[in-house]
Amino acid sequence: MKIFRHARIVCNILMGKIIYSPSWSICVALILFPFYMGAQELVMPQDSIIRVNLDEVILISARKTLDYHRQPKPLSALDEYLESSKKVDMVKRGAYAWEPTLNNMYSERLSVTIDGMRIFGACTDKMDPITSYVDVSNLSKAHIASGQQGSEHGTTIGGAINLELDKSNFSDTGLQGELETGFESNNEMNVVGGQLNYSNAKYFVDTDIIYRKAGNYFAGDSEEVSFSQFEKYNFSGMGGYKIAEDKALIASFIFDEARDIGYPALTMDVSLARAMIASIGYEQDQLWGSLANWKSKLYFNTVTHVMDDTKRPDVAIHMDMPGWSDTYGFFSEAQLNNGKHSFLFKLDGYYNRSYAEMTMYPNDPDELPMFMLTWPDVRTANTGVYVEDELDLNGSFLKLATRMTLQNQKVADEFGLNSLRIFYPEMEKSKTRFLKSISGQWHKMWMPWHFNIGLSYGDRAPSVSEGYGFYLFNSFDNHDYIGDPELDNEKSVEANTKISWEKSKFKLTAEANYFHITDYIIGEIDPSLSVMTIGAEGVKVYQNLAYANLFNASLEMKYGLLQHLNWHAVLSYHRGTDNEGNNLPFMSPISYGAGLQYNNRSISAALQVKGSGKQRNYNPDFGEDETAAYTVCSITMGKTFAINKDAVYVKFGVENIFDTYYSTYTDWRNIPRMGRNFFLTLTYSIN
Amino acid sequence: MKTIKLVLITIALSLGLTACTSEDDAPQMEVDPLAEYNLVTQVDANGHSLELYSDTDAFTTGYNKVYIRIKDDADNSYFANPEISWMPVMHMESMNHSCPKSELRTSQENNTVVEGYVIFQLAGNTDEYWDITFTYELGGQEYAVTETIDVTAPLDGKQRVASFVGADNVRYVLAMVAPSEPEVAVNDIHALLFKMESMMSFPLVENYSIDLDPRMPGMANHSSPNNEDLTYDSSAHMYTGKLSLTMTGYWKLNLKLLNTDGEVLKGEDVTEENEASSLFWELEF
Repeated sequence: MKIFRHARIVCNILMGKIIYSPSWSICVALILFPFYMGAQELVMPQDSIIRVNLDEVILISARKTLDYHRQPKPLSALDEYLESSKKVDMVKRGAYAWEPTLNNMYSERLSVTIDGMRIFGACTDKMDPITSYVDVSNLSKAHIASGQQGSEHGTTIGGAINLELDKSNFSDTGLQGELETGFESNNEMNVVGGQLNYSNAKYFVDTDIIYRKAGNYFAGDSEEVSFSQFEKYNFSGMGGYKIAEDKALIASFIFDEARDIGYPALTMDVSLARAMIASIGYEQDQLWGSLANWKSKLYFNTVTHVMDDTKRPDVAIHMDMPGWSDTYGFFSEAQLNNGKHSFLFKLDGYYNRSYAEMTMYPNDPDELPMFMLTWPDVRTANTGVYVEDELDLNGSFLKLATRMTLQNQKVADEFGLNSLRIFYPEMEKSKTRFLKSISGQWHKMWMPWHFNIGLSYGDRAPSVSEGYGFYLFNSFDNHDYIGDPELDNEKSVEANTKISWEKSKFKLTAEANYFHITDYIIGEIDPSLSVMTIGAEGVKVYQNLAYANLFNASLEMKYGLLQHLNWHAVLSYHRGTDNEGNNLPFMSPISYGAGLQYNNRSISAALQVKGSGKQRNYNPDFGEDETAAYTVCSITMGKTFAINKDAVYVKFGVENIFDTYYSTYTDWRNIPRMGRNFFLTLTYSIN
Repeated sequence: MKTIKLVLITIALSLGLTACTSEDDAPQMEVDPLAEYNLVTQVDANGHSLELYSDTDAFTTGYNKVYIRIKDDADNSYFANPEISWMPVMHMESMNHSCPKSELRTSQENNTVVEGYVIFQLAGNTDEYWDITFTYELGGQEYAVTETIDVTAPLDGKQRVASFVGADNVRYVLAMVAPSEPEVAVNDIHALLFKMESMMSFPLVENYSIDLDPRMPGMANHSSPNNEDLTYDSSAHMYTGKLSLTMTGYWKLNLKLLNTDGEVLKGEDVTEENEASSLFWELEF
């Protein structure tokens, strides 16, 4: 620990002068010169032959030694991997459990799944996005699909993130083991992990465990961010057994538990966040007729989330806020390839129970505790059919997809139902909605040009909080939120296009999408309502806005400077407005990134710059202010050694080299991001 | 024990069956019409026992629902349709006064039970106490008995009755009748208003209105939506309204009493500067 403290001091001295000679201009200079942005290197087209989908795939697993160099920062949190996607930004409330956003849309507008399994966080304040309940140690990749192209795993507006679990999958690799450890200087984070896998043609067993513990982090200029510590461990096991040559059973289990998690941007921390995610699946190569690749899965997961304010000073009123979310689900899918058609049929369903309560303890010890149900035991039953077809149209490809979903939501708790009926006296106990999605995506090549265009329609039901939330405090805009069970479905019409030009070492891509969302669900102030949370400014009730428009565009360039040296740059623009032309909250300003990456078989190095312009289009009604522009630079170096048949991989890097103090538009209440950080990871792979 | 119960039930039922055939004055002997209530006190006099039941196990300040029946000590039977009148009196150091009360009427369910309510403004103490004089007629003969009773403050110490002088210089007693078991929901709220005509006379006041503003002082005066002010319901002979409670805990129900002309007799609006009305009830659950 001490060494790194010293290292930081030394670097501060070394960098001190550079900081005064403005670091910003150095960064800009770095962009002007061609550099490869390491993180973006992970983002690869899903399929090099048919690229109808505009999916991004982020590679997470380091199962093959060769992949190590692709990872800018092995053992970093999944959140950092996701952030490397072009379309994904992460909302930060602290150092842990960032909330992914896609196309500037948030959890309720996204479908986030783990191997196709639906899981829902148990926190009413979005402190436990699903992505916080898995770890990089048990994932192989993250599929990121924009808009309705993500409707395969569930209804969505903004898109989908599907995290694929890492499995040996009957490959003939025998026994493999791996030990990994990492350290980050800024928050003194220690990571220790290990894997032990056995796989042959008949069966496989994969296990892994990872433990992380971090202290408070320091923002730029060595400002300590109090309550940003966390501790978590994750264990996962997966097994497969071939019943016959073409039939296999696959089971998986993940246990994830985090304790003592600080949320510096919020008024409360978390004492426990725990998930158990289990599934059993059956796979068969042929079903009947031409139906093939039949995959079915039954799954169950349970999430427990306990907020805690006992460590905070100056708490207006002490409260307990536990939440639970249990989900049971299934899906079954099969493919049919018939000449020019390539069909995928999928039937899926889930049943979720979301329950959260709040108990406040009055400062007067003689008074009784105050109790309310913030999620009134909402039972969501959802079942849907998804069909897609990829058509080969002689020189171009057309992908058509549709999803039809039936969803019923019921308030199972009488106490909760009566609570909501204070606001909605006529409210029914149960509500059924029919949801639909249809999309078309066309891809044409005129070498060296690629052209993609897509048009789609989709809708979604309100989330549990939007429909049934009861006095949910949002510390960002300092308002209590009340759900409305009678909200209309939110509907989105979306158009997207992508043009790319690719010649030998140079690739240029321009991409844009536009969402016209009617009945856009957002909280609106109801001045007649009295705040519940002490110190809150007002109460907002979720309402359907007539419409909102979102526009995202990006320009990306890649250039192979030398055989092993690549340069990459990306620039993106985002805009969101409501029907009156007001800015939607949480819209990214212009952002950019650029980098230089050197890779050969054993050595890798990367230098990268990323930043944002000033956030001019913000919405003060949602607690936003003008977030300043920033630029940060980082550098990484890695080397692979071979020891007998085993491999050792070392990666070292410095993030935020100039110790810039900054926060981004997604940082809750402008909480600053991490200052200069040295990291070192060491992986020993036993083959 | 069980067999005894069974025997008793059988006897009671057979008695009940024979009773049905006889005239109305015959006592309706059911299993126990007051089983779900609490026997608060028993007054023994004149060879009779007056049994006083209530919802709670003690008389407390505020609204008390009272059920009374008279047992013949000779054969442990209960008299049908007893005619009882009552007069509660508080004996204070300097004076005596009564309190608002209803007539005692025979219960619809059982003709051995009479029911009514009494609203005690104050609790008794070592020097000041309450008694009730019951006057009743059985078999053409009139009896009277006076019994001292304990009136205590409610266990939770919360105020459910207010006694005050209005802007019209009239002394009023305003008592909350319901909810007796409040819930996190929209509750029906019922109230009774009396004016003190004299020390011993408290007639019901009709057609005024009571503005309601529930607050949680422990939560920076959080309020709730969709409350309805209390208005007089002439069929129920009381004031009714709606009370929304968004969570459990301590609630102060701030009130304003308005007469038929809409003039405020007592109470103030709750504002940033004025945290509470001088006229209020309290609830804690």
